[in-house]
Amino acid sequence: MIESHLSLLLVVMPLLAAPVVAILPAGRGPWLVTLVISWLCLALAGWQLWMVVNTGTISYALGGWEPPWGIEYRIDALNAFVALIVAAIAAISLPYALHSVEREIPAQRVPLFYSAFLLCLLGLLGIVQTGDVFNLFVFLEISSLSSYALISMGRERRALTAAFQYLIMGTIGATFLLIGIGLIYAETGTLNMLDLNARLPAVLEHRTVHTAFAFIVVGVALKLALFPLHLWLPNAYTYAPTVVSLFLAATATKVAVYVMVRMVYTVFSNSFSQATPLDEVFLLLGMAGVLVASFYAIYQQDAKRLLAYSSVGQIAYMALGIGFGSALGLTATLVHLFNHALMKGALFMAVGAMIYRVGSSRVNDLQGLGRQMPWTFTAFFIAGLSLIGLPGTAGFISKWYLVLAAIEQQAWIFAIVILAGSLLAVVYMWKLVEILFFKGPDEHRQDVKEAPLALLAPTWVLALANLYFGFDTRLTVDMAQTAVQMLGTTGR
Amino acid sequence: MIEYLLGHYNYWIVILLMMAGFYTVVSQGNLIKKIAGLNIFQVSVFLLYISIGNVHGGTTPIIAEGFTRYSNPLPHVLILTAIVVGVATTALGLALVVRIKKAYGSIEEDDIHKQDSSL
Repeated sequence: MIESHLSLLLVVMPLLAAPVVAILPAGRGPWLVTLVISWLCLALAGWQLWMVVNTGTISYALGGWEPPWGIEYRIDALNAFVALIVAAIAAISLPYALHSVEREIPAQRVPLFYSAFLLCLLGLLGIVQTGDVFNLFVFLEISSLSSYALISMGRERRALTAAFQYLIMGTIGATFLLIGIGLIYAETGTLNMLDLNARLPAVLEHRTVHTAFAFIVVGVALKLALFPLHLWLPNAYTYAPTVVSLFLAATATKVAVYVMVRMVYTVFSNSFSQATPLDEVFLLLGMAGVLVASFYAIYQQDAKRLLAYSSVGQIAYMALGIGFGSALGLTATLVHLFNHALMKGALFMAVGAMIYRVGSSRVNDLQGLGRQMPWTFTAFFIAGLSLIGLPGTAGFISKWYLVLAAIEQQAWIFAIVILAGSLLAVVYMWKLVEILFFKGPDEHRQDVKEAPLALLAPTWVLALANLYFGFDTRLTVDMAQTAVQMLGTTGR
Repeated sequence: MIEYLLGHYNYWIVILLMMAGFYTVVSQGNLIKKIAGLNIFQVSVFLLYISIGNVHGGTTPIIAEGFTRYSNPLPHVLILTAIVVGVATTALGLALVVRIKKAYGSIEEDDIHKQDSSL
């Protein structure tokens, strides 16, 4: 019973829980329900991945309407892999959320906060699960609208302007996507991804299809904050409540990367995108993004903002991987998708633990905290090493595959850019390490204590995951390779 | 040529609205005007979908005797969903503007930037 409706349950559970959580009385009830739901989602997502690996692609017809007329949830290795990332990050950020949210959000708004969080989770999972392009747009808007609301709950008033800016740019991106979907619907009369894959080749020469492709790529690029469309991201991640920053940084942009891969390779096809300048655009923007965003990160005076710029740089790596247009490049993108979620999650959690103690994320206020909060700092340091790509950490694996993909294409300049990006990461991470560890604590802050266990434990789980996935690449690399193989043979 | 221009008049309106809306979003500093521009931009896409759904000489898609040619109802249904999304976006945007007005005392982008950078 559960098994046959598994794919739908993953989306429906948070959907049903969201209004319930909203009307619960303030207190720890809303948090507890959200926690249970997110762990159930993680269990289901793990189960789903296991089923996909062992029994092949799952096709679920919503309401019993046969695809391509009805909405189909089509789960293959790629969906299942990304769904697991989203569910895992949600499940791990909730134990962390309890204290962090109590500190940052006024008590009467806490139920609404968790309700919006569940809606965001549902939207992201829905995007990943669905096999229907219009349904994807709807889920994209559900997750976006709830993330605007979540960001606006930040303590400073600048959270409001950051949310507004994101709302404007996000809506433009989503509307571009909607235009693109409308145009391909006009050409083919279908919205099902597999059906589109079968029908589009007949009309690939039409200019409408090329226009649709351009609209979709630009719209999704806005959502994934591809340089130079990243302007909404630094403010949004800086001023959002800590839990929201870490959840969005680890999942939202990753899901947008998934949408890009899905659109380019499943809906349109590899041969079609090879005929467009997509690869060149991704390579150029990726290269510029890695260098410029990492360079910007060095000069930030706010730890969260620094991490946000670093995120823009890391997303640019994923764009590079897509831009190589090879199986190896795409594998690198998917591996980095997973690994970046781990490292950025851990970094935002560690910084969040410091914010919990000193109430500020400005670099000057964090002086010397590394000595006062040794456990938080060590987790931060491990995740930082992973971000740089030191061998033995998860970050090394993804950088390794990216460089391999560059060398395979004899694209030496990109190999150099990838390494230069790592060096810039060394510089900006060192800047934080120096302030945290090598400067003496502020006079007014002599008695800062270590973060509470509820914040430390999730941070350490992610930090240790960074080490674990640096050695054991069975889940990451093997899943990514399976997903890439399957993308290469869709519908053929 | 004239026939081509007139025959596609709905698409010209779509393009006009789309550009007007998009330009308003980009050029206006007033947050309410930005939301209005965003709305016009979205509405143009609704029109695009509805235009796509029209079948030449087709009637309303209700099965009845004597009619064999129907317009495609699916785009209408899709756009009904998109309208809901648009309404939600507008509501959220306006709610944010209200909060911004309370926090900053202004809804002009330049003013807000000035207040933020003077901190």
